[in-house]
Amino acid sequence: MSANPVGVSFAVAGGFVLVAVIAALACPPRARAAAVGAFTAAGGAAGAVAGGFALAGHTWSAQAPDLLPLGGLYLRIDALAGVFVAVTGVVVAVAAIYGIGYFREHGSNRVVQAIWPCFALALLLVPIAASVSTLLYAWELMALTSLVLVCTGHGAETLSAGVWYAVLTHLGLVAVLAGLVWLAAATHTETFAGIAAASPGISPSVKGFVFVLVLAGFGSKAGMVPLHAWLPRAHPEAPSPVSAVMSAAMVNLGVYGLIRVGFDLLHGGSRWWWLTALLLGALSAVYGIIQAAVATDLKRLLAYSTVENLGLILLAVGAAGIFQDSGQPLLAALALAAGLLHAATHGAFKTLLFLGAGSVLHATGTRDLDELGGLRTRMPVTSALFALGAIGAAALPGGAGFPSEWLLLQSLIHGRAVPGATVLVMLPVAVGAVALSAGLAVATFVKAVGTGFLAKPRSLAADHAREAPVTMLAGMSLAGLGCAGFALVPGLAGPALGRAVAASGLAGGQVAGSEVAGRLTALGSALSPLLVVGAVVLAAVILRAALALVVRTPRRAAVLWDCGAPTLTARMEYTATSFAEPLQRVFDDVLAPESDLDVTPHEESAYLIERVAYARAVPDRIEHRLYLPVIHTVRRAGRAAGIVANGSVHRYLGYGFSAVIVLLVVLAAAR
Amino acid sequence: MLNLLRKIRSVGRVAEPAPPAPAGAPPELAARTGALRGSAQVRCVDAGSCNGCEIEIGQAFGPVYDAERYGARIVASPRHADVLLVTGPVTRNMAEPLRRTYAAAAEPKLVIAVGDCAIDCGEFAGGYGVEGAVGDVAPVDLQVPGCPPEPAAIIEALRKVTGR
Repeated sequence: MSANPVGVSFAVAGGFVLVAVIAALACPPRARAAAVGAFTAAGGAAGAVAGGFALAGHTWSAQAPDLLPLGGLYLRIDALAGVFVAVTGVVVAVAAIYGIGYFREHGSNRVVQAIWPCFALALLLVPIAASVSTLLYAWELMALTSLVLVCTGHGAETLSAGVWYAVLTHLGLVAVLAGLVWLAAATHTETFAGIAAASPGISPSVKGFVFVLVLAGFGSKAGMVPLHAWLPRAHPEAPSPVSAVMSAAMVNLGVYGLIRVGFDLLHGGSRWWWLTALLLGALSAVYGIIQAAVATDLKRLLAYSTVENLGLILLAVGAAGIFQDSGQPLLAALALAAGLLHAATHGAFKTLLFLGAGSVLHATGTRDLDELGGLRTRMPVTSALFALGAIGAAALPGGAGFPSEWLLLQSLIHGRAVPGATVLVMLPVAVGAVALSAGLAVATFVKAVGTGFLAKPRSLAADHAREAPVTMLAGMSLAGLGCAGFALVPGLAGPALGRAVAASGLAGGQVAGSEVAGRLTALGSALSPLLVVGAVVLAAVILRAALALVVRTPRRAAVLWDCGAPTLTARMEYTATSFAEPLQRVFDDVLAPESDLDVTPHEESAYLIERVAYARAVPDRIEHRLYLPVIHTVRRAGRAAGIVANGSVHRYLGYGFSAVIVLLVVLAAAR
Repeated sequence: MLNLLRKIRSVGRVAEPAPPAPAGAPPELAARTGALRGSAQVRCVDAGSCNGCEIEIGQAFGPVYDAERYGARIVASPRHADVLLVTGPVTRNMAEPLRRTYAAAAEPKLVIAVGDCAIDCGEFAGGYGVEGAVGDVAPVDLQVPGCPPEPAAIIEALRKVTGR
C-alpha cells in the first residue's frame, strides 16, 4: 500500500511546525525570526499541498482514540476541508515569509515566535477535525494562540482589544460547545461520521436550537454582525502578518464550521435557518462596508472590509441552504461554490492588503490615513501591490474579487424560480445588499489608495518613508500572484470547487458538484478575464503607438497648474475624512457620527472668535447600543454583589454553614 | 422652460451683422496663428485692472457682438487656452500668477494686451503696487488700445488671431 499523499503532507507540515517551535525556543534572537519564519512557511506550504491533494480528490483520515482526554483524536480531510486547508496553508506560508522581515524589525520575542507556528498548526487542524472534541480542542487552541499574538503590543488600545477578543471568542466557544455537545448527546456519538448518520433521527426543534447556537458561535468568529465587535479592534492591534492570517484564514473557519455542521451533519434543516444566515450575512456585508468607508485607520478599514466579505460568504451559504430546501440542488451548489470561491479570493486579496498595511506601518509608524499620502514615489512596490489588492477588494472586473461576487449575484438572480413569498422578498434584498456593498467597496478602496498612497505626504513620517525589506516584499508579491491568478484564470478553480461542493453534504451535491465544476470552467472561459485584460493592455499599447505616429509635436514639460497661487501644500488635499464625508452624510442615520464643535469667543466681544475646536468620531453604533448597556449592567451587578461579599470572615463562615444546612435539608426532603 | 423658449423665439437673433474681416495681421503673427486653424481658446487674466476692460470683454462675448462666431471662445483654465487676454497694469501680487499662467498655456501662447493700462500702465504708471506693463512680464503679440477699448476693437484683435 502506497502512502497517502495528503497524510504525508500533513505529517510534513506538522514536522515543520514542530521544528519552528524548537527554533523559536533555541535560536539566538538574531536568527530567530528568520528560522521561525522559514520553517513556518515550509509548514504552511506543506499544509497547502495537503489541501491541494484533498481538492484533487484524495481523502485521508486518521484516528488516535487515546491521544486526547475525553474524546480522542479523529482527523479526516475531504475536498470541503481541502478548500480551507489550502487557503490557510498558502496564507500562512506567505505571511510567514513576510514575517521574517517584519518580526526582525519589530522585536522577535521568544514566546511570540513560539506561539506563531502553533497558531498556524491550529488553523490547519480545525478544518480536518472529525469529531466534536477534536474540533473543540483545535478551535480553542486557535483562539488562545491568536489571543496571545493579538496582545503582543503595548498600551491601552491593545489591552482593550485583547479583552474584547478574549471575551467574544470565548462566548463563541461556549455557544459552539453547547451546540455540538447537545448534538453529540442527541445522537449518542461524537464522531462527525456518526452524527451525520444519526442526525435525521433527532427532533427538528433540537436541531433548530443546535443550529442557532452554532450559528452564533461560528458567526462570532466570522465577524457576523452583531457579534463582530472584536474584529475591528483585534485586527489593527495584532502584528501585521498575524492580522493577515487572522483576517484571511481564521475568520473563514467560522464559515467552514457553519457549512460542516449545517449541511454535512444536520443535512440542511429548515428554511428559516438559512434565511437567518442570509439576513445576517446581508446585514454584515452592508454594515461592514459602510463602517469601512468612513474609517480613517488603515487596518481598521481592512478589518471592516473583512466583516463585509465574510458577510457576503455567509449570504452565499444562506442562499445555498434556501435553494437546497426548495429542491434546487444546482442553484444551491452554485451559491455554495460562489461562497467558497469568495472565501479563497478574499484570502488572497486580504492577505495582500494587510501585509501592505503592515509595510506602511513599518515605514511610517502610523496607520492613520489622514497622516499618510505620497507613498507611491517613496514605496513604489508596496503601493503597486496594495493597489492590486484594492482592485480585488473593490470587486472590479479584472480584480480578484470579481468572479466570485459575479457568481454569487448570478446564483441569487436565478433564484427567482424558487417558490415562497419570503424568498421572493429576500432574494432581491440579498441582490441589493451585494450590489450596495460592492459599490461602497469601490469608494472605500479608492479612498484607501488615493489618500494613503497618492498625492503629497501629509506628515513628516510619511515623507521619510522608505521601501520595506526584501522578505516583506517577497511575501506581498506572492500574495499578489495569488490575486492575479484568481482575477485572470478563475475557471481553473472550477473542478476543485465542484469536488468541495460535492463533499459538503448538500442534498444532490454529488451530481450538482460536477455540474458546477463545468459551469465554473465555462464561466471562466465565457468571462475570460485573461482575454479582457490582455485586450485592454494591447489596446492601450496600440493607442499609444498610434498617437506617437500622429502627434509630431515634442512633449513639453510644464509645472503643475495651481491656479497661479504660490505652492500647493498637503493641507489642500483630500484627506480620508473629507473624502468619506459625503458618504458619512448619506448614511448619517446608520452611522450616527459624533461631532463636537467648541467655539470660544473673545473675552471682549462675542463676535470675535478666539479658538475653534472640532472633533469628529464615528463609533461603532452596534457596539455602543448593544454591548455597552450589557457591560454597564454587569458592572453594576458586580458592584452590588460587593454588599454580599464584604470581606468579613465571619460572614463567609456563616454562608458556608447555612449552605451545608440547606443542602442537608434538601437531601433529607428528597429521600 | 416654455417661457424661455417663447422668449428666445420672440427676441430672435440680436447679433449685429459681421463687419468685414480686419486688414491682414502682421506676417509674423500669421505664421503663429496658422496652427489654430480658425479656432482660438481664450483665457482672460485680470492682472490688476479697474474692471472697465472686463466689462468690455464681457460685451464682446455677449449676444450683440458675439465673438464666438469668429471662432474665439473663453475657457476656464490656461491649460485649455491658446490665447491669453490680459487686462490692467501688472500689479506686484499678480506678476507671478501671470508668469505661471503664461507658462501653463498651450502653444502658440499668444498674448493680447487689452486696454491702455496693459499696454503702458496708463493711469497707474509709477504706482507703488505696479510691477509694470504686460509686456514687461510676458511677450505681447497684439495690443488693443483704449480706456477702455470698445468691444468692436477687442473683436477686431480676436479676428486677427482666428483669421475669420
